Amino acid sequence: MPVELENQAPEQERTTRRNMVLNMGPQHPSTHGVLRLLLELDGEIIMKCQPDIGYLHTGIEKEFEVKPYQHAVTLTDRVDYLAPLSNNLGYCLAVEKLLALDIPPQAQWMRVMLAEFTRLNSHLVWLGTHAIDIGAMSVFLYCFREREEILRIFEMFSGQRMMTSYFRIGGLALEPPRGWQQRVKKFVDVFPSRIDEYENLLTNNPIWIGRTQGVGMFSLEDMLDLGVTGPMLRAAGLKLDARKAAPYTSYEKFDFEVPTRTENDVYSRYLLRVEEMRQSTRIIRQAMDGMPPGPWKADAPHVVLPDREKMKTQMEALIYHFKIVTEGFRVPEGEVYQVIESPRGELGYYVVSDGTKMAYRVHMRTPSFGNLQATPCMVEGTPIADVIAGIGSMDFVLGDTDR
Amino acid sequence: MLPDNLKDRPIAAAVEAFDADAITAGKFDRNELTLEISPGKIVSVCGFLKYDQKFVRLSTVTAVDRYPADLRFEVVYHLHSVERNERLRLKCRLPGADPVIESVTSVWRAANWYERETFDMFGIRFLNHPDLRRILMPDDWEGYPLRKDYPITGPRI
Repeated sequence: MPVELENQAPEQERTTRRNMVLNMGPQHPSTHGVLRLLLELDGEIIMKCQPDIGYLHTGIEKEFEVKPYQHAVTLTDRVDYLAPLSNNLGYCLAVEKLLALDIPPQAQWMRVMLAEFTRLNSHLVWLGTHAIDIGAMSVFLYCFREREEILRIFEMFSGQRMMTSYFRIGGLALEPPRGWQQRVKKFVDVFPSRIDEYENLLTNNPIWIGRTQGVGMFSLEDMLDLGVTGPMLRAAGLKLDARKAAPYTSYEKFDFEVPTRTENDVYSRYLLRVEEMRQSTRIIRQAMDGMPPGPWKADAPHVVLPDREKMKTQMEALIYHFKIVTEGFRVPEGEVYQVIESPRGELGYYVVSDGTKMAYRVHMRTPSFGNLQATPCMVEGTPIADVIAGIGSMDFVLGDTDR
Repeated sequence: MLPDNLKDRPIAAAVEAFDADAITAGKFDRNELTLEISPGKIVSVCGFLKYDQKFVRLSTVTAVDRYPADLRFEVVYHLHSVERNERLRLKCRLPGADPVIESVTSVWRAANWYERETFDMFGIRFLNHPDLRRILMPDDWEGYPLRKDYPITGPRI
């Protein structure tokens, strides 16, 4: 029998209209990592969307259970690789709450400053790649020019460009480097004009507006019900920001606005993040100008490694050094849920201690996971071209989603 | 039974007034309120907290494995009220053999993925969940990685 006859579908099936199922990802450049979306299409319109995640699952939560508390800081960098310092901060704050440690002001202000640099870093990567997705190539080059300078500042502080691990339980990893003020000042002096440059390229660009205005909209009630947080929520009009609602690491001492918008589309999320970058610059400037003097790590000899100088001259310090390095430190029994505002939204660290030197359980409530869950609600019923703009505006990181 | 030291906490007292049998224990530690809820009552208590007490957000659902205790699993819910600017933790203890609890997806749709993750990692089944499949691990994976009796390393291949 000829092959073509065998493959011919029955008459009824050829004539009935069927939706097409399209597999988008996991290696699609616009999904920023390895996200797979199963899209059921009726022509160009998405009838059903099913996200498939887990391609980047690394078992970090399990790793936490066999690493001493201080060592586990390095794991937090690798969760959300575009905002390593935010993750360091969330974890350190949670463990410090269990230990009831007092962090000296300089360390706290330094944390605020670098966490805001992280926000800038993350928003810049977002803006550049989001613009590429929608077809504006050049913005990426401008954004990465400034991001490079931020990475150099990270390197100056911690010796690392990306996986910084600069915040440690009890303070900072290293003394702030000599001359950091000049470096940071140079950056904040020039950065606002650079934001203007990005805005010149995009804000009034008719193609950009055409692709983003009125796209990716869904109601605030749906967002709250589905666990969406961060800039997405603020672009829908809800002023929810952990830095204001439950200030941590002395954010209450800084003067800044939490921008909100009400249009609730991709364009407003863009405007909102641009405004957030301006506010972050403001915080960085305040932190730089008002950096309090004093120690940069807590006075807690059983947790924080002693100064090199003391270690070589004082017996006590040497003993503590030996104990911390060989054994680690014990954390009192208990559990805490520490929430911070990461560039992407609500980042929660749930740390359970059983009184030993390793965490009994660490759960990360990552903003990307919560936001990504709302994808079907956002894209169903919209044309396929808007999917890219829509998921781009969510600003998720798959490492953050899958952990 | 609500512990006496929690009687002056408005949320704890409200839950107690809503259903006196729901709370089995509770504590207020490091400025965080934890209420232990009897597993059979979790959906009604969550519904009450969402619609009556303004806990509109479910921040996360996860579990803790207290191996080898009899009631081995603690399912942990973190709730957030934007209006009251308060957070609340609920806990349900489940036995190690066939841990099953009612899903709260009917209260918050956000629970969908979090419960799937808890199922994936701990093997806790959520009844009436719309789509209870593995989410992070491959579909044909055997075992539940975050259980305490699951090894941290595997054999050398």
